[in-house]
Amino acid sequence: MSTSLVPEHQQFASLATEMLDRAKSLGATEADVLVAEGDSVSVQVRLAEVDRLSKAREKSLGLRVFFGKRSASASTSDFSRDSLSRLVTDTCALAKAVAEDEMSGLPDANLLSQDFPDLNVYDATTLSVDQEIDLARRTEEAAMSADSRITNSEGADCAVSHGTVLLANHHGFVGCHQSSTYSLSVSPIAGDSHNGGMQRDAWYSVKRKYQQLDSPEAIGKEAARRTLRRLGARKVSTQQVPVVFDQETAQSLLGHLATAVSGYSLYKGASFLLGYLGKRLAPGFVNVYDDGRLPEGLGSRPFDGEGLATRKTSVVEQGLLTSYLLDTYSARKLGMKSTGNASRGVGDNPSVGPTNLYLDPGTTSPAEIIGSVKQGLYVTELIGFGVNMLTGDYSRGAAGYWIENGELAYPVEEITIAGNLKHIFSDIEIVGNDLEFRGRIASPTVKVRELMVAGN
Amino acid sequence: MADVTTPGLHHFALEEHDVLKALSRVKARDVDYADIYFESNISESVSMEEGIVKRAVKHIGQGAGVRATAGEKTGFAYSDDLSQKDLEIAADTARYIANSPQGETPIAVTHRSNPPQNLYPLEQPVSDIATEERVQLLNLIDATARKYDSRIAKVMASFTTEQKVVMVANSEGQLVGDIQPLSRLQVTCIAEEGSNHQVGSFGGGGRVAFSYYYEADRVRHFAREAARQAILNLQAVDAPAGVMPVVLGNGWPGILLHEAIGHGLEADFNRRKTSAFSDLIGQRVASEVCTIVDDGTLPFRRGSLNMDDEGTPTSQTMLIEKGILRGYITDRLNAKLLGIPLTGNGRREDFRSIVLPRMTNTFMLAGESDPEDIVRSVKKGLYAVSFGGGQVDITNGKFVFSASEAYLIEDGKVTKPVKGATLIGSGPDILKHVSMVGHDLQLDAGIGTCGKEGQSVPVGVGLPTLRIDEITVGGTSVEG
Repeated sequence: MSTSLVPEHQQFASLATEMLDRAKSLGATEADVLVAEGDSVSVQVRLAEVDRLSKAREKSLGLRVFFGKRSASASTSDFSRDSLSRLVTDTCALAKAVAEDEMSGLPDANLLSQDFPDLNVYDATTLSVDQEIDLARRTEEAAMSADSRITNSEGADCAVSHGTVLLANHHGFVGCHQSSTYSLSVSPIAGDSHNGGMQRDAWYSVKRKYQQLDSPEAIGKEAARRTLRRLGARKVSTQQVPVVFDQETAQSLLGHLATAVSGYSLYKGASFLLGYLGKRLAPGFVNVYDDGRLPEGLGSRPFDGEGLATRKTSVVEQGLLTSYLLDTYSARKLGMKSTGNASRGVGDNPSVGPTNLYLDPGTTSPAEIIGSVKQGLYVTELIGFGVNMLTGDYSRGAAGYWIENGELAYPVEEITIAGNLKHIFSDIEIVGNDLEFRGRIASPTVKVRELMVAGN
Repeated sequence: MADVTTPGLHHFALEEHDVLKALSRVKARDVDYADIYFESNISESVSMEEGIVKRAVKHIGQGAGVRATAGEKTGFAYSDDLSQKDLEIAADTARYIANSPQGETPIAVTHRSNPPQNLYPLEQPVSDIATEERVQLLNLIDATARKYDSRIAKVMASFTTEQKVVMVANSEGQLVGDIQPLSRLQVTCIAEEGSNHQVGSFGGGGRVAFSYYYEADRVRHFAREAARQAILNLQAVDAPAGVMPVVLGNGWPGILLHEAIGHGLEADFNRRKTSAFSDLIGQRVASEVCTIVDDGTLPFRRGSLNMDDEGTPTSQTMLIEKGILRGYITDRLNAKLLGIPLTGNGRREDFRSIVLPRMTNTFMLAGESDPEDIVRSVKKGLYAVSFGGGQVDITNGKFVFSASEAYLIEDGKVTKPVKGATLIGSGPDILKHVSMVGHDLQLDAGIGTCGKEGQSVPVGVGLPTLRIDEITVGGTSVEG
């Protein structure tokens, strides 16, 4: 059960096998090895000049060992013989110092991924530094020339990275996965001649394939539009009103959902969704999926951090919470089966993370959603960390637009929105038709019945 | 055997002439300044939950970051391989930003003394502490927290240490280094009473020896504080919503200064004129009772450093003096472009990151008011003593920070605990509303981590008890 490996990855595979053998010879009962390497080139252009140019190439190797039910992990970026040999010794010593944990261990051999589909997440195209500079310049230029009120810029960034991950374990699993990321963004600043205030916003595009990147002109224009519309923002008075979350802010609500349904939050008793499985979380038209094999997805990969096949999981179906997101350990703790969501940094223990998590789109356009609100808030930015995952209590800084009689009336800032995540999900009134993936978590526009807005 | 207690290139198995050769290569004709930053880092973390220490993780890393600046331009490359060849490839990338990236400048070391101060003289590197001792520390946390109250249902704790060796070689002939220990103990408790579940957290640490955690009964104190906060939150009522007076307790609530003021005074934003504080030097941005400094020279503190990541010794920088904006915190690039002094605030997360002006320990000096009088002066408001994280939009100056332990003040008395509420305000405006500052300055226990452009660095904050006459509180209850 192995993917076909190009020669340089074959070298990683032999290295991994050697590490596994060495761990075994020191008495480890089980082990797995993760090898990652990558390179990236990024540039930042500010006011048409190159501000920053950065180039990197790195690699690291992580080892996890088990001595019966005891386990530890370690990593290094030094691949010399001495260093790797010390790594095995150190990891084994660490494992012997911790307590036994009944549920620890590798996944069962029969659960490991047998198929390695091409998910279309790798593009070998490399860009020269000058090409990247040109893309960033054009993006910033498009933003700066959009309106005379765009007076300054935090710069435009272009970045390209390629990476490879190889995972091998004692059950004979060897999986290798390559991916690429292309991104282009700009953060313009607009000045307001009336009160001297400044506003900043940004726009971006991130893709697995170079050809799919949005054009610099489109990104720059959108960034300018988002920045300009914030000029003249004011506070509003404290009141309870309907709140419309745009794609970007609605996506953050799904991020909270992902944390709450993570097996680790649940078995630790640190989630407001404890005991919610099978119960109603949201109205019947709400469906949330996590799909690890979405073609070209920014969170797609053929196998997870433990070698299990990724899959599509219905997290919320017709408003009911139908599945948690699990890896092997958290699944065992909860008496369930892994959903292939093991996420893992090199040398760290697996944890749970969403792959491509999204709220299924509805049929209403964002304009129609805003049109349905007589008096309310359209949120375009949220700041701060006022979310309590244990209770669901929610209070964050917000900026956006005030809605009056179904129209965006004026920009608002220095306000908070507060409520409880349980109620936010149960009070979803409309899901928009505008789902677009710009990251691993994506949501269409969402309207929530009512939240407390604090201002004047 | 190589000396492991003095910083030097021997930690990286490098020879000085190889480093200088690479440095000469970066310093192309049009390059104003070049440096190479070498870092080795060993970190170890043990964590406990469900009454047992289940996990131990160790990371060993090393690498070099090579940088060249020319005007406002920065060229940067890094590698986790320290071979001569890799350094030269990095050098060629870094100098690419020069107009004519050619012509080497021979560089000789003229200044190799290590930093004048030693703020963290430790007898034993924290990385040497046996895993068994770490495990014992966490076991004591668990026992103490559970004993605090039978409603403490879950205890989670982690202990992390990091031993970092850095060397900076630059085109001005400096070759300086530092060994930077850091550790942190973090506790989270969950209290349960029927279906009511609440969380409480506490933690601390610094550039301290392992014995620090046992001195002054700190381990038990950390455990009891986390347990106390969780139990307290069982009775918390909804937080009020709207504008009201707020009293901030001393210590960790200093995160207000970090978000509202500190970030806006970092020199990079001010050079680009993208900060809400741009061009406000010499102007009033706070009330007379406010004097705020950034100070990287406090012994054993989490935010302190003997030198910053460009080899500049850290210092105390006056940010706001009696309400008047005095200065910015700087790194080399921005200090030079703005023509202002170096303050020793050029920091980077690691060799993979570029240098940015960052805070160290940011705090307000003590005032004259009695903390009890400050609370008594409020008829109806909020008393906030502990916070989670905060965030700021540098450009419009709007900041938030979220309370994790707060109470209502009714008729000058602290009454019911309230659920977490977010406070939101405007940086250049909020400190003008500070009317009373206590004589009880305290620094935080050592848990702060600041994020900027994706880089995390350890920082400290501090505050005396103070009264803000009006700020927006983002709760859910209108009656308050």
